[in-house]
Amino acid sequence: ASLDNARHLSSLLRAVHFQDHATCVATASGLRVTVEDAKCIQANAFIQAEIFQEFSVQEESVMFRISLSVLLDCLTIFGTSSLPGTSTALRMCYRGYGYPLMLFLEEGGVVTVCKINTQEPDELLDFDFCSTKVVNKIILQSEGLREAFAELDMTSEVLQITMSPDKPYFRLSTFGNAGSAHLDYPRDSDLMEAFHCTQTQTNRYKISLLKPSTKALALSCKVSIRTDAQGFLSLQYMIRNEDGQICFVEYYCCPDENMSEAEL
Amino acid sequence: MKCVIAGGNVKGERGLWARGGRHARGALPHPHTLSFAVLGRAVHSLSRIGDELYLEPTEGGLSLRAVNSSRSAFASFLFAPLFFQLYEPGSTGPDTELFRCKVHMKSFLGIFRSLPSLEKSVGKCLILLKPRASRLVLQLHCKYGVTKTHNLAFQECERLQAVFDTQRCASRLCAPARVLAEAVVHFPLTLAEVTLGTGPGGKIGLRNYVEEEAELSKTMVTELWLAEDEFQSVAMAPGSHITFCLKEFRGLLSFAEASNLPLTIHFDEPGRPVIFTLDDTVLEVHLVLATLSDLESNSQSPSTNGVSHLPAPSDDFPDDLESYMVAMETSEGGLEGPPSPTFPLRTPRPAESQPEEEEEEEEEGAVPGTPPHKKVRGGCAWGQRVGRASS
Repeated sequence: ASLDNARHLSSLLRAVHFQDHATCVATASGLRVTVEDAKCIQANAFIQAEIFQEFSVQEESVMFRISLSVLLDCLTIFGTSSLPGTSTALRMCYRGYGYPLMLFLEEGGVVTVCKINTQEPDELLDFDFCSTKVVNKIILQSEGLREAFAELDMTSEVLQITMSPDKPYFRLSTFGNAGSAHLDYPRDSDLMEAFHCTQTQTNRYKISLLKPSTKALALSCKVSIRTDAQGFLSLQYMIRNEDGQICFVEYYCCPDENMSEAEL
Repeated sequence: MKCVIAGGNVKGERGLWARGGRHARGALPHPHTLSFAVLGRAVHSLSRIGDELYLEPTEGGLSLRAVNSSRSAFASFLFAPLFFQLYEPGSTGPDTELFRCKVHMKSFLGIFRSLPSLEKSVGKCLILLKPRASRLVLQLHCKYGVTKTHNLAFQECERLQAVFDTQRCASRLCAPARVLAEAVVHFPLTLAEVTLGTGPGGKIGLRNYVEEEAELSKTMVTELWLAEDEFQSVAMAPGSHITFCLKEFRGLLSFAEASNLPLTIHFDEPGRPVIFTLDDTVLEVHLVLATLSDLESNSQSPSTNGVSHLPAPSDDFPDDLESYMVAMETSEGGLEGPPSPTFPLRTPRPAESQPEEEEEEEEEGAVPGTPPHKKVRGGCAWGQRVGRASS
């Protein structure tokens, strides 16, 4: 695969970089990088084949596990600051099972070659989240959520999400040392792009698991928030890169099992 | 207690805040469209003083106060009813006083963390005190119809009041905040105390205070002189000077600068508190700081309540409480006490812990000048003499 601007890849990978290791899956449609934690949360970054200048996969799919930290360090080897006009060109090669991932990076005539060892891929969680099982779904402009997520009361163990066809429609709540805080978004807000809630649902998620999604939120222009009957949460972020192309990052999270009475 | 403050962004208003029929009466929009920002800055200012924010609604307005741990700094911001779009202090019966409480400064400050973005997004702020639910509710109505509700836990408390009287101060200076801010910027941020005094030619000077024990060859001394005409008014006794803590003053100074209000400094002899005031039609701000008393002026040691003679350092306070209380009682005879609950020791209320009780006694009447640990030496101590209560 080759890419004119490595930042198209590195910025997306950073949005899911909350664990050291990631599983990469390359298929004809593109590259998917998955990061998981605590068997409760999974983040996926999708870079479609169309984003790449060249993308070919010989087998049906190739899958390997790699250190995401090292991969990111290599992709940004020429520095992370984005000067106008300069970009790092990337070429990636993977020969197959057991072979390292080769990266060729070039900027301003300087070429760096990186060889990153790959590992056996772990089994990935399957949240079994498909659109038919979705109970509640809203699409918000990211601008409205960014500040809220950045300022979440981290002394609260959980983030409680309430979605309902009635008031409060969409509410984010925390229960920290200072007391409780609620953030309400009405269904007719200018920020609300789509509102499809059929049932009132209140679910709690460990705030430490969801906090990394703030990075993806910061990059995105829109976010879709969906829950299914079991309270599993799906957050899909639509990210527009420097060239205006669209990529997606999604986070899946399990609800917190220790649900106690909500303080008010 | 319930009040509503207007923010900068009024487009995002929705009628969600009207609770029940009787609150539906319209309130006149206040000319201070950035009232919420002023409140936020006041909270930031108070956070530089103490760890707890005291809220006291009165008929004259809502008072926010803070005091530092060594009781050498006290600040109060009184927002008149006109500051608010709606102000209801609450009902008082013959036996009940208006409810007051204190909250952790960090929790309250957290709501006003990023002032610039809040200024742009908040349309209206509702503050509601719910004694029965033990919650202080702050509800911000922001743009796009978003509502942020914060339910803060509070503790009941006694009235926090420093006793001071600006009328009894011999010297008084008034300057635009900008002049003082520009002067103070020359002093390092870590500097603790600064001395303000008169100099030759009627100039007013600021100098960093150097402790006697410090080696002069290793310390940097900064001195700054301001001409009389830089001040709006000067009424200083010749040769007068006072030394106070700069750190605590900076908090008020940044508030004054942002609000573009002139700052008045009232002071008297060294050892007596210095009072900084800001006055506006809808806001009254007081900052009272203890000052360092001179060795020379020790002969005029305060006799009114013998506070500065008490040697008890803050750690031994509980043990000395007994003797302290005796001293207070005997010497306070002639003083007209402030209108606060009766003075003698009361049995602590069930939910309160020991520190709460100590605080209760300390607050009533004088704010004692408990000598900060570093300053106790010889006959010289941080004193804070008290005068008659200014109501």
